[in-house]
Amino acid sequence: MTCLPGKVDRQLGLVIDLDTCVGCHACVTACKGWNDQGYGVPLSDQDPYGADPSGTFLNRVHSYQVEPPGEVPMIVNFPRSCLHCADAPCVTVCPTGASYKRTEDGIVLVNEDACIGCGLCAWACPYGARELDMGAGVMKKCTLCVDRIYNENLPEEDREPACVRTCPTGARHFGDLSDPASAVSRLVAERGGIDLMPEQGTRPANKYLPPRGKDRAPASLLEPLLDVQATGLAGWLDRMLGRF
Amino acid sequence: MHPAPSVILFTVLSGAGFGLLVALGLGLVLPSGWAALWLWGLGYGLAVAGLMASAFHLGRPERAWRAFTQWRSSWLSREAWGAVIALLALAPVALSDWLGLGWPRMIGWIGAGLAVATVFSTAMIYAQLRAVPRWNHWITPATFLAFMATGGAILSGQGAWAALLCLALAGLLVIGWRIGDTRFAAAGSTMGTATGLLRGRVSVFEAPHTGDNYLTREMIHVVGRRHARKLRMMAVVCAGVVPALLMVVLPGIWGPLLAAPVHLIGAAAQRWLFFAEAEHVVGLFYGRR
Repeated sequence: MTCLPGKVDRQLGLVIDLDTCVGCHACVTACKGWNDQGYGVPLSDQDPYGADPSGTFLNRVHSYQVEPPGEVPMIVNFPRSCLHCADAPCVTVCPTGASYKRTEDGIVLVNEDACIGCGLCAWACPYGARELDMGAGVMKKCTLCVDRIYNENLPEEDREPACVRTCPTGARHFGDLSDPASAVSRLVAERGGIDLMPEQGTRPANKYLPPRGKDRAPASLLEPLLDVQATGLAGWLDRMLGRF
Repeated sequence: MHPAPSVILFTVLSGAGFGLLVALGLGLVLPSGWAALWLWGLGYGLAVAGLMASAFHLGRPERAWRAFTQWRSSWLSREAWGAVIALLALAPVALSDWLGLGWPRMIGWIGAGLAVATVFSTAMIYAQLRAVPRWNHWITPATFLAFMATGGAILSGQGAWAALLCLALAGLLVIGWRIGDTRFAAAGSTMGTATGLLRGRVSVFEAPHTGDNYLTREMIHVVGRRHARKLRMMAVVCAGVVPALLMVVLPGIWGPLLAAPVHLIGAAAQRWLFFAEAEHVVGLFYGRR
């Protein structure tokens, strides 16, 4: 049934540090790689080597320029994927029951065998987290690597989402956001983690840590070197002429 | 939003078809014999053609039956149920009119109510979406129901009443656009709230992908808006003004015969804009709307 569970036992999710992300797209590649062979149908590509390539991805990295007034402009890299919302609008609109939110860990999943590919859930999602796979005609979305995190055939350090495991800068964190004592919850509290588009009323599980402010840069990095102290005749002239 | 021809066809045809079925079910016209078969057949034909068209935009049409399972939470599921029950409930009335069986009209009223509920459910599929602020307003079901009433009145030849509904619809369209144009700003979503980067002006430095993807094709469709002014004019004139005149001026069957196609062209223009002008908040991530 595509009603939302009133309460979840745990709420697993991601915390993404916008201060640390360098925009390398490794999480995008790792996600595509793992989910090509994991849960559900593979993520298809259309015309991958042709003039107009396109394909299904569960994670995309945007890059923005932010211009804080009176501060140095900054580039912020911004990974975007499913936020596993508490009030997930994608779940309740589903006419077939294919979309659901798990009670045991709060993960929002698609049962691809029941999906008719109507696309309404993708319309309902404000975050663009869902993409209809053009090859299989069913909806694809982030599974939080549900086939990794509980997989006892994997070494323990690999039992986290592929994007988190692969991130070279440690900008992605995975854990239980319903437990205030968990590492991710403490990180959110310390760094003032925020919800995306709170006005949409979705109550996302995933949190984003805003970038820290940049230091004020000197007018020129060469400035200390420009103050040349002349010696000898030139120094005498400099001092004499400087008096007038 | 991408104006898919199948969805435009579906909402326009099924809206008019259910409108005609409501008029017949309520007994606003009481045809008998072959006239009854023709009118009821037209109503059923339009409604069913619309439902068939809607199945074409599914990724897996062979599983469409599953859409009946989630009526407790999903407007799309409620629409599917409404359509089937309304069509079944009206069948005895149609049969009675055609063969002159004189069965009680009461069943027709129930069927008419179900048909109205079906079109309301169709509209709510769109109106429930907060992510598309233009749709997320009572004006959406009001417009769908007004189209249903007008289409039904024209097709069932209600003369002056149809003309009045046409003019009311034209007025409602203008109000709808005035409300719709303010909805995105009213929803309060910006590139700042989307990214949480609220410290200053946010602009796109680099897109996540160089080509198109499902999101940009489906939800950031800007081509259809280029001729919005002309299409709005066309919708008001064709869906409202011209059919109103035709229904008053032309005698007998000529009114509906000429007014109906003009009205449906206007309805299609309105429905094209309904999708093309609707901006999804996901566009904010791409710096486009």
